[in-house]
Amino acid sequence: MASFEKVAQIIAEHRDIPQDNIKPETSFQELGLDSLDTVELVMSVEEAFGITIEMTGDLKTVQDVVNVIDAA
Amino acid sequence: MGVGSALPEHVVTNDMLSGFLDTSDEWITTRTGIKERRVVTTETLAELSATAAKRALAMAGIEAAQLSYILCATTSADYAIPSLACQVQQMLGASCPAMDVNAACTGFLYALDMADALFARDPNARVLVIGAEAMSRLVEWNDRSTAVLFGDGAGALVLGPGSDLKSMLVTAAGDPDPLYARHANGNSPYAVKRERAPLRMDGHAVYRFAVPTIVRDVSAAIARAGMTEDDIDAVLLHQANLRIVDAAAQRLNIPRDKFKTNIQSRGNTSAASIPILMDELQREGHLPQGSVLALAAFGGGLTTGACVLAWGVS
Ligand SMILES: CC(C)(COP(=O)(O)OP(=O)(O)OC[C@H]1O[C@@H](n2cnc3c(N)ncnc32)[C@H](O)[C@@H]1OP(=O)(O)O)[C@@H](O)C(=O)NCCC(=O)NCCS
Repeated sequence: MASFEKVAQIIAEHRDIPQDNIKPETSFQELGLDSLDTVELVMSVEEAFGITIEMTGDLKTVQDVVNVIDAA
Repeated sequence: MGVGSALPEHVVTNDMLSGFLDTSDEWITTRTGIKERRVVTTETLAELSATAAKRALAMAGIEAAQLSYILCATTSADYAIPSLACQVQQMLGASCPAMDVNAACTGFLYALDMADALFARDPNARVLVIGAEAMSRLVEWNDRSTAVLFGDGAGALVLGPGSDLKSMLVTAAGDPDPLYARHANGNSPYAVKRERAPLRMDGHAVYRFAVPTIVRDVSAAIARAGMTEDDIDAVLLHQANLRIVDAAAQRLNIPRDKFKTNIQSRGNTSAASIPILMDELQREGHLPQGSVLALAAFGGGLTTGACVLAWGVS
């Protein structure tokens, strides 16, 4: 599965929203995720992909997270 | 066993904080669950601790003279010398050994671990364990990212002979960076001048450390007690952030309503949070005799601790 689909699936399950509503350019703010929800998301992504992600201030959209995963 | 607590009189609401900090009740409530906290004005930490201890002794039906040991978990005592425990000892009129334990927010669990060791030496011991903090002395009140989180107070537990402690574990991972408050050098003419640094915290790092370690430690403490998650009647986590309690509850196979909280009105009182919560639950009748409790905490160090115990108040 491509990184984006997997991240979208994690968010959809976590937030209980339809996966179709999540596009790469969707921001966490639009999805109603605050900074601690984003930390939770990063933790789930780390677990799902077996990677470690440095939390910087610029994880604002789904694509930002996908970029970090693909660079890891 | 007896339990007691004492809080400063002064209530500081979120709206009071937004009067001098760029923050809001809405932000603090959604990010932390905290609505208000108590902060010391004229009270000393020794007074609060002694009041909490007297209540615990009264409940246990024990005189101070019968105590074998006083352990105070604190990072913010009134004095560097003597220990808070010795101040409390004087106020109670006890004559046993007394000392402080510093394991940051995990201090109360560490002190329970020490008490457990004392019972191994003398099964008939009576140990007073106190968690007491005036975090308002350590935080930088101009820093909205930490000032809104903490509160002051004291809680005490009197422990007697018995086998109510079912399991106990504590950990430390030497890593000062995520959370620290540094002493000044005084006026030593030899030392390089170093300012006191108020409490500094990397909130994301602490959150990411806390959630998985609570889950790991609570699970391990339950397993070591030879129990399963179903056997746990109440979970008392260190009250650091309601979001951390929620995240831990989601990952443990224990219903959310068994996770007890009072952070809403107390804030994060560091080493005092668990004994204060215990006392409030006891007084509200939420801890029937024989209830099985899981306790867990984490904090600067980084330290963690967890235990399972049967609630046996006398
Ligand atoms: C401290 C904590 C509540 C901060 O929440 P957070 O969601 O991580 O907040 P962030 O640091 O990401 O900040 C998010 C935004 O809110 C702002 N902010 C921080 N504190 C604020 C406050 N009190 N009021 C309003 N805004 C605040 C930040 O400046 C940031 O703004 P920006 O996005 O414009 O830069 C949270 O990280 C936490 O509780 N971590 C665990 C700490 C803990 O348990 N400590 C106790 C150990 S014993």
